[in-house]
Amino acid sequence: MMKMNLLGLSRAIHPKDNKNTSGMEIKPISGFSIVTIPLDMQVGPGCEAIVAKGDHVDIGDPLGKPLGPWSVPVHASISGTVESVSVQILSDGGFAEYVTIISDDKQTVSPLVRPPDVHDKQSFLETVRASGLVGLGGAAFPTHIKLNPPPGKTIDTLVVNAAECEPYITVDQQVCLTGADDAVEGALITAKWCEIDTVIFGIEDNKKEAARALKKAVERARQSAMWPSGGVSVKVLPTAYPTGAEKVLIRLLNGRIVPEGGLPADVGVIVQNLMTLHFIASHMKTGMPLIKKAITLDGSAVNSPGNFEVPIGSSIEDVIEKAGGTKTAPFKIIMGGPMMGVSVDDISRPILKHNNAILVFDDKDAVLPEESACILCGRCQRACPMQLMPSALDKAARAHNPNELTQLHVMNCIECGSCTYVCPAKRYLVQNIRNGKAMVRAAAAASREKGEKS
Amino acid sequence: MLHVSASPHIRDRVTTRSIMLRVIIALIPVIIASSFIFGLRAPMMFAVSAAAAAGFEAISRVVMKRQQTVGDLSAIVTGLLIAASLPANCPLWVLVIGDFIAIVVVKQMFGGLGDNFANPAVTARIVLSVSFAGQLAGYSVLDKFVSGSGVDLVSSATPLMVAKSGQGALPSVLDLFLGRHAGSIGETCVLALLIGGIFLVISGIIDLWTPLTFIGTTVLFVTLTGQDPFVHLLSGALILAAIFMVTDYVTTPTTIAGKIIFGAGAGLLTGLLRVYSAMPEGVSFAILLMNILTPHIERWTTPKTIGGVKHAGK
Repeated sequence: MMKMNLLGLSRAIHPKDNKNTSGMEIKPISGFSIVTIPLDMQVGPGCEAIVAKGDHVDIGDPLGKPLGPWSVPVHASISGTVESVSVQILSDGGFAEYVTIISDDKQTVSPLVRPPDVHDKQSFLETVRASGLVGLGGAAFPTHIKLNPPPGKTIDTLVVNAAECEPYITVDQQVCLTGADDAVEGALITAKWCEIDTVIFGIEDNKKEAARALKKAVERARQSAMWPSGGVSVKVLPTAYPTGAEKVLIRLLNGRIVPEGGLPADVGVIVQNLMTLHFIASHMKTGMPLIKKAITLDGSAVNSPGNFEVPIGSSIEDVIEKAGGTKTAPFKIIMGGPMMGVSVDDISRPILKHNNAILVFDDKDAVLPEESACILCGRCQRACPMQLMPSALDKAARAHNPNELTQLHVMNCIECGSCTYVCPAKRYLVQNIRNGKAMVRAAAAASREKGEKS
Repeated sequence: MLHVSASPHIRDRVTTRSIMLRVIIALIPVIIASSFIFGLRAPMMFAVSAAAAAGFEAISRVVMKRQQTVGDLSAIVTGLLIAASLPANCPLWVLVIGDFIAIVVVKQMFGGLGDNFANPAVTARIVLSVSFAGQLAGYSVLDKFVSGSGVDLVSSATPLMVAKSGQGALPSVLDLFLGRHAGSIGETCVLALLIGGIFLVISGIIDLWTPLTFIGTTVLFVTLTGQDPFVHLLSGALILAAIFMVTDYVTTPTTIAGKIIFGAGAGLLTGLLRVYSAMPEGVSFAILLMNILTPHIERWTTPKTIGGVKHAGK
């Protein structure tokens, strides 16, 4: 591929998009005999178990009670008997309670599942929270918190993130093709109860069909009583990574700059993933909490890549098996996209609320490159969507210099990984920058402690 | 057993080696052109210099007990550029000393690729021109480009020498463009250099900020001081340096503003040295001086991060 860059201005990268599953229907997979559901699948504290071994649960029954105002409940994704409640290590190294349910093969839905009564902002936020919803784009930020910014922040724009800029993943575009009306309705409901007057959908131009479907759905919604005063628009953006990163997407859609250390709410914007809003619309109709997830299954080691809907808590191993198995031994498994996804240590790990892909790679596609000296080529700097100096941050992090890291604005890094992707010396830039952020946080905490003592 | 690592899990195909390989490919037209202008001694010089530079690189890494880096091909690029900046009459042993200075002294003693503050090829060229002034005194070219016949190397004044002294005839603009005159073996043929330069731009290895500001400032300066802009543009090491030296990643700024400052500074110094110093050429000194300023330029021109807030202290 030609990569002419006469002026050296890009602030983005263009990895091969590998949307092999583009246009593939999201097939439901059922018949799982066992699920293991972690009670912590979100940013902030999760839940504490309210079920015990031997209890019978139906689909949609809550399994845990929230541990704090940020926590959202977790629900049973199959009906059956609780086999165990145990503390296990999470993929990210933390610990959480896991509830294991053995299926009774009946798929009985709990009587607790019924359409919610929403009549004002408060009841809307409570409903969203009770549904167990977290940001489905991958970040797992509790939606009821995001939709309720601190007092003093006026939100005028709801940005709907349909960019899906990570390679491989195609479930969002598939939802545009088959469920655009629900996605638009979810946006309108959210805008209505959260008193937001403008809605902007952002989608990349490598998904033309999906963008068209979205535009048509928006046209159809024009008659809706919920149509916001500022209107609803669909903006098609050039395909580039990381268009779907919150701060980047806002900048591209309405030109507002989220300040370093700030949130979109600081510039009057809330960003929600398309899937999150799609879920809100269907939840309002049925009351069914978040118990299943659409994922793209792809990667060099799987037999038949595709899009599937699977119960939360089903193991990656079972999902791969039911979806056609692997052609070679899996060497690396990634939850999410290849740029920001998390590699899992065990194939028995469960599907989580915020998973949007399972990528299974063979040994050829998972080789870790050996790093060599930085040649100061500036590629990382040109790729950085935040206009940081990744190579300088990398050096400051390796030198354990929190002061230098702060001066270089390390906390403005969104960890998109573009710098590491483009580095010809194969340096582990974003990985070291993440460590650098931890150093700055630790230094800040230490100086606070010192201040309190004196 | 699954392998676990921190994201991102995919990498671009571009490597340090693939970049250096493209620079080598970009030099092939120059090497071919040199054999027509200076005879077979020119390609031999390129080959000897590349081999010597690679050898010094490999030996240095072994002696220093560090990871072997000869495979990144950067030493070969340096070797080729040293040869390109020397006249055809340069003794091979002087050439090899140049490779030693570039690779061992300027590059490896400072930590190897990425840690050298000065351009190894440029610095070696300067050291040689100061230390071996006698051996490098005459610039030669095949006799057919001087007397119109003959395939022996004969000594001849370079166009910049002619311009400086006012003695002798200047080549036509076409001859300047095609490089049919005395000079260093890799600098005379502007056509071949441009082919390589266009290839580097198209393949995304270099951008045009520094080359254009460097050339532009030099030409502007010499024009304002009453010199012939064509002679200064098309002869001497200006184009060679614009494509292969001021675009060196390690020793020039990475920021756009920095590239402009570097190019303009190197262009101004080149003009000053060409017009007012005792020497006809000033490109290498200009670049070395700007190399030394590069870390400062980089610091002055660090772009403001998007949405960045000011942090106290420093």
